[in-house]
Amino acid sequence: MTCIIEHASIAYAGTAGQMRLDSERTAHAMKQDDSDPPLCISMLGTTAMLFEAPGALDLRAQRRIWTLAREVESWPGVREAVPGVTNLMLTFSTPPADPGLLDAALRDAWAAAGELQIEGKVVELPVEYGGEFGPHLHDVVAHTGLSVDEVVQLHCAPLYTVFALGSHPGYCYLGGMDPRIATPRRKVPVLGLPGGAVSIGGVQTGVSASTGPSGWNTIGHTSMSFFDPMRDNPATLAPGDMIRFRVERIVS
Amino acid sequence: MIEILSSSALATVQDQGREGYLRYGVGTAGAMDRLALSVGNLLLGNPEDAAGIEIPMFPFRIRFLEDTAFAITGADCAARLGERSVLPWWTAQASKGDVLTIGVPASGTRCYLSLAGGVDVPVVLGSRSTQLRGQFGGYNGRQLQKGDVVQAVGLEQAAPLHELAREAGFGTVPPEFSIPRPLAVPEAEATETVVRVLPAAEYDCYQPESLAAFWSEGWKVTPQSDRYGYRLAGPTLSAVRVIEKRSHGIVPGVIQVPHNGQPIIQLRDAQPSGGYPKIGTVIEADLWRLAQARIGTKLRFVQTTYPEAVAALEDVERYLAKVRNLVDLFRGSRH
Repeated sequence: MTCIIEHASIAYAGTAGQMRLDSERTAHAMKQDDSDPPLCISMLGTTAMLFEAPGALDLRAQRRIWTLAREVESWPGVREAVPGVTNLMLTFSTPPADPGLLDAALRDAWAAAGELQIEGKVVELPVEYGGEFGPHLHDVVAHTGLSVDEVVQLHCAPLYTVFALGSHPGYCYLGGMDPRIATPRRKVPVLGLPGGAVSIGGVQTGVSASTGPSGWNTIGHTSMSFFDPMRDNPATLAPGDMIRFRVERIVS
Repeated sequence: MIEILSSSALATVQDQGREGYLRYGVGTAGAMDRLALSVGNLLLGNPEDAAGIEIPMFPFRIRFLEDTAFAITGADCAARLGERSVLPWWTAQASKGDVLTIGVPASGTRCYLSLAGGVDVPVVLGSRSTQLRGQFGGYNGRQLQKGDVVQAVGLEQAAPLHELAREAGFGTVPPEFSIPRPLAVPEAEATETVVRVLPAAEYDCYQPESLAAFWSEGWKVTPQSDRYGYRLAGPTLSAVRVIEKRSHGIVPGVIQVPHNGQPIIQLRDAQPSGGYPKIGTVIEADLWRLAQARIGTKLRFVQTTYPEAVAALEDVERYLAKVRNLVDLFRGSRH
């Protein structure tokens, strides 16, 4: 086994405190380019509607998104409620006759939505930083002015929360990265990165679940199966689960 | 049962798409031209959710390993079964050993080979469509290769065909001759593909002259266009400020504008989430037109409203209802 899975509640006092700190850091970093957006509801053709929560990118907003998702997924005409990073996309089985009514209902549901406390599991992922499978570690070092060891220590210090799944099967958007290691996305995406790539894109970090292209900076590699289409619940991780990266090796 | 004779043809097994797994990061995949696949299934009396083979590169050749009814829909291809011509949007009957050659299309870019009963591959997460990134669904989660043998489900109780229809086959009018083409201003050239677009969240963030160009100019479909998305070339679309979005769900048809100002239309194999600003969405009812737009040709965008976009879906449904009625006449299910 390359990972340890233990069940835990994210309401643990120590954990929660750490995460609040992480969330504040993330929120601070996002403010540089996002400046606390207003609530926004928009249409994606006749296929879907997008709800974007107002305010900071933090775990509190995300927990309310999880509540909203559970509430609206049973509404008539809704095929799926898909959480993003402090936003929610509704896809339609039938396009609503009057999207204005749905818009109003979403605003009401958001106003009433409390923070969903998910009893997530904690997954520890051993990471080999740098080397062949972490080709952009030095780009992060160059951008941040930190040393290799400092970047690695800052990256594996937080307990990250899975905010949402997206991008490709099993991929997790993680909240809680230290903004000191934030590094812009690459100008040219890299093709054919193997699954398990640990990477930084702007203020976000994540682990790819399968081989594919990526515009993020790949700093390391982990071995873990995130997705099995033969399972009823195909993804290994779900929103509210937590990831801790453990340094297995640094190749510099 | 058929054998693929062409190599590296990028053909995939697709049905109407995989719904309900976006929250696991699984995009819908499915036929680029779902309307063409629907008609292929209707002509053969297949279930609506039957899978076919989407073919984007020509010529494409297969050998029938048993007697099989089939239909080719989508792009207007010159197809031959042995020495005989095969009409598009028409049913045909192959005998064991026949070789089908689908030639380069005169117009359009993708065609669909439907087999009686549909292509028999396992249903994975509710669909037979190929999920290329996840490497599952379809034929072993990948594109078809030379030598692959693909099974058809077959139809145990095929509806009795009208006697004449059995010999000559029967067909229908392609949708482009039945569903009115949207009107572009200024008027579109015949070679341009016209699709309707509903403005999206960041529409108002673009410079007025960029928005004017978006609606009035032709947008070239570049060679970097495929099932994942169409990268377009045209005037640079400039935003009034730098827009960085948090990652959120997107659907096929969404037009994103990366920082270089050249739009990308996300399509069936696109990742189901993204963060680039969205200027609009090509409406669901026009995605079949987009699927048939050739590389090197131009697209034209026509601004639409939500009620018009819903009405456009009804136009597509009306066309399918007409095809269904026609098929009922030949298959005699009304008698």
